[in-house]
Amino acid sequence: MELLFEGIKKAFYLLFTLDSEVMGITLLSLNVSGIATFISLFIGVSIGTVVALSKFPGRKIVVSLINTGMGLPPVVVGLFVTIFLWRSGPFGFLGLLYTPTAMIIAQSVIATPIVMGITLAAMQQLPKKLRLQILALGATRLQMVWTLIKEARLPLLAAIMAGFGGVISEIGASIMVGGNIKGYSRVLTTATVMETGKGNFDIAIALSIILLALAYLINLILTYVQQRERPR
Amino acid sequence: MKKISSMLAIFVALFVVLSIPFPAFAQQKNIILATTTSTQDTGLLDVLIPIFEKKTGYFVKTIAVGSGQAMAMGQKGEADILLVHSPEAEQKFVAEGYGVNRRLVMHNDFIVVGPPADPAKVRGMKSAVEVFKKIASSNSLFISRGDNSGTHVKEKAIWKAANIKYEGEKWYQQTGLGMGQTLNVASEKRAYTLADRGTYLALKKRLDLDILAEGDAILLNIYHVIEVNPAKFPKVNAAGAKAFADFMVSRETQEIIRTFGVDKYGSPLFFPDAGKRVENLGK
Repeated sequence: MELLFEGIKKAFYLLFTLDSEVMGITLLSLNVSGIATFISLFIGVSIGTVVALSKFPGRKIVVSLINTGMGLPPVVVGLFVTIFLWRSGPFGFLGLLYTPTAMIIAQSVIATPIVMGITLAAMQQLPKKLRLQILALGATRLQMVWTLIKEARLPLLAAIMAGFGGVISEIGASIMVGGNIKGYSRVLTTATVMETGKGNFDIAIALSIILLALAYLINLILTYVQQRERPR
Repeated sequence: MKKISSMLAIFVALFVVLSIPFPAFAQQKNIILATTTSTQDTGLLDVLIPIFEKKTGYFVKTIAVGSGQAMAMGQKGEADILLVHSPEAEQKFVAEGYGVNRRLVMHNDFIVVGPPADPAKVRGMKSAVEVFKKIASSNSLFISRGDNSGTHVKEKAIWKAANIKYEGEKWYQQTGLGMGQTLNVASEKRAYTLADRGTYLALKKRLDLDILAEGDAILLNIYHVIEVNPAKFPKVNAAGAKAFADFMVSRETQEIIRTFGVDKYGSPLFFPDAGKRVENLGK
């Protein structure tokens, strides 16, 4: 119990003294996971929408694959991204292993199916007749899709939250492809594990608290945006 | 209007996240250092690497894994330089042509640590082999690294010397984690484990573990640097690797190693050995 108190004290100390290492780690976490979420948003929403709105043979298989992907284990992603990025691997010439870019790639792979799956579910929730109605009003196909996306924006915000929450708290892939390099690819989760291993439990608790606060803050902003829409 | 402002809010939020700049780093002068957890967990590399980077302009990517995994990275040419402590495996690594220019850097020693109550009654025993025999015969819990690290290899060698079957035994558990975490596990479970002295001293204040056996010649823990063979792996940063190895055995660095940890732990964590012969260590 005393340890927890010490950790909370340390967290406030590190935050208010703007400890440069902790700030760097926090900003990198935000940066990597933010960009990864952004990328996954583009890919996830577009593919999710296409699958939701079209009919083709084997659609159920595709949908079940996407839904399985929502639970993609980060360590599995980490392993495969590592193998691809090895110097001896197919993308070795890029020299990306143990860089923040590699972490963004891995986290995008993790977040994309999450965003895709929620988008898919959200688009299918919309009343079927809505599409016909929009088209009947003289909209082009593209306008129709855009209107549907806007109509589903509340669950889509939930998709951003789920995707971001998934990657900022993820460790398996980040430590494998990033390497937890001091001042370069060390993020909140990997730093927490390392400090725990070093026996610096107070710093580990402080980092966890910062991570929780950060996740809460981001979700607070998104929830605020989402819930403003409610009363009509 | 509401819709537009909410959309705007999202974009502002995303923009803020995306506009935080990455710290700038020189990409061309990277060195990948594959090393053991003990050099990171003790904080030694946190002291040495900034000095090296400042001096040479290289950027060192330290990947702290066990010695076994570090050498596996070297065997694929995924690392440029190794700082490891698993001498027999290292000799094999060099003999098979994966590494060149293996040089002695420093040593400390392994210690057998365990709960202060010492259920196996091994405190003060001199022979590590006898200690292991007693732990086994009293069925006291032993926590192993289980990750093919230098410490794990040493532990297996001692079991072998004691002629004890340990795999699958109830009293024998493997963590698969680094030294620091394994010590935490042993402390929580009131178990025995083999640790390098450096990591133990660095973590001592949080651990409920005493040094129960030390000083046996078999417990010597020796660290070497090995440059990954650039003739075998053309992508290796050979110049950077050589610069780092030279730095590790330089007089200035050896002096830092000699005094590292004295102020904090009362005794040095490592003993510098550059230029010495392995046979003369610990005498």
